[in-house]
Amino acid sequence: MNENEEIEEKKEATVIPVEPEVSSFKLIFSLGLAGLISGIIIVGSYLYTLPIIEKNKAEAQRTAIFKVLEGCTSFVTLHLIDGKLVEDDNFPKVKKEAITKEEHEVFAGFDADGKLIGFAIPAAEPGFQDIIGTIFGYDVVNQTIIGFEVLESKETPGLGDKIFKDADFALNFKSLATIPEILPVKKGAKKSPNQIETITGATISSKAVIRILNNAIKLWQEPINKFDKSLLKPPTTKGNTENSADKISENE
Amino acid sequence: MSEKETDKKAQEFLKGLWKENPVFVAVLGMCPALAVTNSAINSLAMGLATTFVLVCSSILVSSLRKVIPKQVRITAYVIIIATFVTVVDFALAAFTPSIQKELGAFVALIVVNCLILGRQEAFASKNGVVLSIFDAAGMSLGFTFALLCIGVIREVIGSGSLFDFPLFGAGYEPWVVMILPPGGFFALGFLLFGFNWYAGRKRKKELVKA
Repeated sequence: MNENEEIEEKKEATVIPVEPEVSSFKLIFSLGLAGLISGIIIVGSYLYTLPIIEKNKAEAQRTAIFKVLEGCTSFVTLHLIDGKLVEDDNFPKVKKEAITKEEHEVFAGFDADGKLIGFAIPAAEPGFQDIIGTIFGYDVVNQTIIGFEVLESKETPGLGDKIFKDADFALNFKSLATIPEILPVKKGAKKSPNQIETITGATISSKAVIRILNNAIKLWQEPINKFDKSLLKPPTTKGNTENSADKISENE
Repeated sequence: MSEKETDKKAQEFLKGLWKENPVFVAVLGMCPALAVTNSAINSLAMGLATTFVLVCSSILVSSLRKVIPKQVRITAYVIIIATFVTVVDFALAAFTPSIQKELGAFVALIVVNCLILGRQEAFASKNGVVLSIFDAAGMSLGFTFALLCIGVIREVIGSGSLFDFPLFGAGYEPWVVMILPPGGFFALGFLLFGFNWYAGRKRKKELVKA
């Protein structure tokens, strides 16, 4: 038995084939071909999924707007250009494509009677791990925050993610005064309407939220004040109402 | 199809599930096994994404095994794998955006999962398409099973829920550490311990029998 095995092993050892030289043209060609095919597959799936992904994004934004502005049934998009707010309709198309950054957009929300409820303002800044993307509802008349949602966050699971999972923390944003400035306090120590009770174990994330809100209000207060709100009308023919999920992608 | 062939296919399929489980036995693909298993649903999504990539690239690699020159085979494998990973990434973003957000960069990192490259080099490049499919499916389902084990343990202990469904009521104080990075090592360590203990006991029994 042993001998046989040894012989077999020897046989195997001797028949190891010597690699034939392959011309570099063949190597380059086969890799190029692989790259070409892979490129076609990737571009194909990109083109196929892009509209769906964009629709998802728009849909998520729409839902968030309706969430942070309670009672909101429709909204118009406003763009910030050179410190001034410009309505979506009056916005030249060429420029719109040049400025597509989300930070330059706010949304004015209206209730069923066409009355302006407030503005939904997206804001993003670094948190504990990565950028925290948020959107909040702002009541311009009373200068209070009336709703807050986290759109994007990689905060520590179980600790920092309480900024959007903790019900007590969310209560802070029911009616939060922004004058003179939002301030952090310890849990249970809230005395004035401009204070946020931070989360134990997630101080940095809580404070990041406060910083995001304060900076966004600093940025948007002036353009919104300057803007003549009486000119704003709820959308009529356009699709930014609650039951128009399909139309929004056409508008954008 | 002869019985022997069916037997071989079953064997190639089953070995990945248990005897050569990529996580518990071969200890491959540790990066996703530790990083994204903080909830059962994330584990399942990662497992299925890996399954898709592994099966598809095995099919392609094994059907092209005679065309791809030996000298550039690894590069070719990486191109093939990366293509399918990109497709998976787009698909996740389109159809399950919340999961894609949670998995983040780890979807893209499937490219460098040594489990996948390892199967191409060790199996798909040397065997026919059908056998390669069975091998890839077995290996990746074994991987999914292992990730799910870790994910279930971590979510149940760390968040007190399973597939986001609360289990213990409000009185339960979750062990947050289990869904933080150390929890991944704890869960994996205990699972490896259990797996090896069981395998060792089985081996002993067989030895006694013999």
